[in-house]
Amino acid sequence: MRVVIFAKSTPETEHAEPRQAHQEGWEPMASFHEELVNAGVLLAAGKLQPSSKGARVRFDGANRTVIDGPFTEAKELVAGYWIWQVRSLDEAIEWLKRAPFPDGVELEIRPVEADDFDAAMTPEPRGHLEGLQAAAGRQP
Amino acid sequence: MVHRTLDAVWRMESPRLVAALTRIVHDVGLAEDLTQDALEAALRQWPESGVPENPAAWLMGTAKHRAVDALRRRATLQRKAAAMGHDLALEEGKADELETAIDNAAIGDDLLRLVFICCHPILSIDARVALTLRLLGGLRTDEIARAFLASEATIAQRIVRAKRTLSEARVPFDVPQGADFDARLGSVLQVIYLVFNEGYTATSGDDWVRPALCEDALRLGRVLAGLVPEEAEVHGLVALMEIQASRIRARTDPATGAPIPLLEQQRGRWDQLLIVRGLAALERADAFPGPRGPYALQAAIAACHARARTADDTDWPRIVALYDALAELTPSPIVELNRAVAVAMADGPGAGLALVDAVAHEPSLKAYHLLPAVRGDLLAKLGRHDEAASELSRAASLTRNVRERNLLLDRARTEGGTAALE
Repeated sequence: MRVVIFAKSTPETEHAEPRQAHQEGWEPMASFHEELVNAGVLLAAGKLQPSSKGARVRFDGANRTVIDGPFTEAKELVAGYWIWQVRSLDEAIEWLKRAPFPDGVELEIRPVEADDFDAAMTPEPRGHLEGLQAAAGRQP
Repeated sequence: MVHRTLDAVWRMESPRLVAALTRIVHDVGLAEDLTQDALEAALRQWPESGVPENPAAWLMGTAKHRAVDALRRRATLQRKAAAMGHDLALEEGKADELETAIDNAAIGDDLLRLVFICCHPILSIDARVALTLRLLGGLRTDEIARAFLASEATIAQRIVRAKRTLSEARVPFDVPQGADFDARLGSVLQVIYLVFNEGYTATSGDDWVRPALCEDALRLGRVLAGLVPEEAEVHGLVALMEIQASRIRARTDPATGAPIPLLEQQRGRWDQLLIVRGLAALERADAFPGPRGPYALQAAIAACHARARTADDTDWPRIVALYDALAELTPSPIVELNRAVAVAMADGPGAGLALVDAVAHEPSLKAYHLLPAVRGDLLAKLGRHDEAASELSRAASLTRNVRERNLLLDRARTEGGTAALE
């Protein structure tokens, strides 16, 4: 399954200068990224520019209203995104726990909707542990 | 909550656990047992003590302690056996050496060693697949059984026998060197692609695709690319799988479940993210010197389709050239058949039919439903509807996939109807 992970904005990300690769704090994240790539988990990633660089389009009947950034509700904004391939939401959570984020950062994980067809073709896997507990003795 | 966490961590960490332990105890079967011990210990302790801050390290530490104990017991056994005049190979000091830190930087190497041992040529291909999915994919026996439409008992036995074979043959826990490396890597790629194909085109039963298996294979491929990034064909295989996987959603009619051939698929349903990744992987493969290998060539063919906005935009001459190259590297009737399809698109059905007829009597294609299916399709295009109907019926009788059979029967009926009108 696929998940999208949103890193929520903070006042810092809203007013930040573009990060240089050599800046302190980048190493651990680069390392974490590499782990995700090497585990076959990372599909895509992007760091978003502050909302001051963005725009919104509002739909109302035939009308389209364009609103330029910045937008004020920092913690409802997105600062970055990841797209991961994982076996379960729990796996995504465990990976995300290992990310080297500083205090106060919050991220949201959302599974990407599968087509009805996908859901029908891949039955829910039983938890690994159910199987282990159910077995009277281990398989030799 | 503890169980869900443990389940997730287990799936993530068990290949590395088994790999590290195999290096310590020199036996894949024993390594797996020890990692299961660690899992059971976690099952017992974590509900009470809570999930440790670093669950992976906890599992690894616990497993290694058990490994040390196991070796100590073996050493004791060794001493007793020696006293009785038997001769075992284990050195006594080994158990103590283990207490000294085992370099975690070696984990990557261990994982690669595990990959090679799971795909060792001494094992049958079925055994390699089962063992790989179990130890590297973290799949349970029943999951593997369901994936390959075998019984759980069959798969369990297969895995038991595989471990025993490796044990008895004392297969070394090594990354193969020199000339051996290419052949052994070829076996690994073969196993991964076999798993992918099993998911991509179900050979029997009602399922046309099993997406989860494709995901498993893709992940294994990506992991391998991280372990041996200097191998072009690994990137080639990853490219091929990413691009093929991009079409999974488009291969089946969402309403009826009927299979949809590539040229008739809605390209808007192709996964652009996977296509981008596949093209990037192909670029990585092409960055290496020398001509493309078979997987890179197949990926390049898949890339031609991926780049075409519509079926009509397909660069068929380029695909023909790629098949020419593939036929030279890995000649086979099946490659010839695929080449014939491309030639038919580039140069007309007559040219394609000539190539199909050249391999029509190949013994290996005798029960291959795509041969009469392709022949029937080309005959239909040439207006030979009676013959087309007959070939398509034959194709229907040869396929074990129910949905594909229905598709072919429908076409046969249409051709027969057209013939009757003439």
